[in-house]
Amino acid sequence: MESMEIAKRLQAQFPDEVLDAYEHQGQRAVIVSGEKIVDILRWLRDDSLMDFKHLMSLCAVDNIKRMEDGLLRFEIVYNLYSINKKHSIRIRAQVREADHSIDTVTTLWTGADWLERECYDLMGITFIGHPDMRRILLPDDWEGHPLRKEYPLKGKEEWIGLTKIIEKAEELRQYSFGYKKPKESTKSSESSELTDKQGND
Amino acid sequence: MGKIKDVDLVEIDDGVKMIPGANAVLGPLNKIVNWGRAGSIWPMTFGLACCAIEMMDAGASTNDLDRFGIIFRASPRQADCMIVAGTLTKKMAPVLRRVYDQMPEPRYVLAMGSCACSGGVFDTYSVTQGVDTIVPVDVYIPGCPPRPEALIEGLLKLQKKIMGEEFRWSQWR
Repeated sequence: MESMEIAKRLQAQFPDEVLDAYEHQGQRAVIVSGEKIVDILRWLRDDSLMDFKHLMSLCAVDNIKRMEDGLLRFEIVYNLYSINKKHSIRIRAQVREADHSIDTVTTLWTGADWLERECYDLMGITFIGHPDMRRILLPDDWEGHPLRKEYPLKGKEEWIGLTKIIEKAEELRQYSFGYKKPKESTKSSESSELTDKQGND
Repeated sequence: MGKIKDVDLVEIDDGVKMIPGANAVLGPLNKIVNWGRAGSIWPMTFGLACCAIEMMDAGASTNDLDRFGIIFRASPRQADCMIVAGTLTKKMAPVLRRVYDQMPEPRYVLAMGSCACSGGVFDTYSVTQGVDTIVPVDVYIPGCPPRPEALIEGLLKLQKKIMGEEFRWSQWR
């Protein structure tokens, strides 16, 4: 089916939900409100003419620099593909402003599980009804969501796990081969331990 | 050393002599043991990113690390050195330290590639700025990723370092 036709049918099915539809580089995208995203995607998956059985990707976008276009702060992008009909479409769902949450689609595609966890980890979007909503890439005790635009490139403060392991490495340093206690006057003897050849014969 | 029962000793290396006709070598213990150690560096693979591909290539038939007695081990308990090949993320840093702690002395670390040496282009929230913040590093191999020849050069540097050590292998070190 033509991608134009898909968007038209989607608009006819959910007139209140579809906000915009456009084509760019031969790819059709539909912007929808996130409130009924599960219903929209279920219809796209199960309708015999649509038949989008495959969720190609699911990711989040931070719109903070283009909110004047009428977009909300975050949106989730679903790329769908029909294996039988060989057509595809992109759905951009606006995420609720109040608590940055949207309904999970793991009920439709089990494979969305880790994709949604990644969105939660890096963007801080909560998926309501997700079976296991915790971080997937970063350590569990990480502070903040790094792919948000306001997150500084190097983070605000060091992760406690790394600080601990560096402290431990410093502590264990004295047991390494050829370790010399640093003299009071110079600190350079400590760093030269690794390159010196030494023995206590 | 001079003569043993009128047999001329043959000098095969600086300070190391061989008795012709007998399977015997005379020389400083350090030198002989270090020769053995330098000729059988068993690295613990710690492939983290694209550098690991180059490390595998160095181990495969064209470059063939086996020529140097370098045989990759999958266990830190059997390894002499650790080749940290790739980007060390902060989440991985405790694992690297644990693997290093599990290795028996004498142990060495090679930092392979820009990321392992200094963090490379990843001056970001999630990447450690050089593995030398976590473990002591003996040889740094720059490159992004380094060619297999560069890794071999680094291992030869490590061999040279081992040859220069005194009694690190022994119990009275």
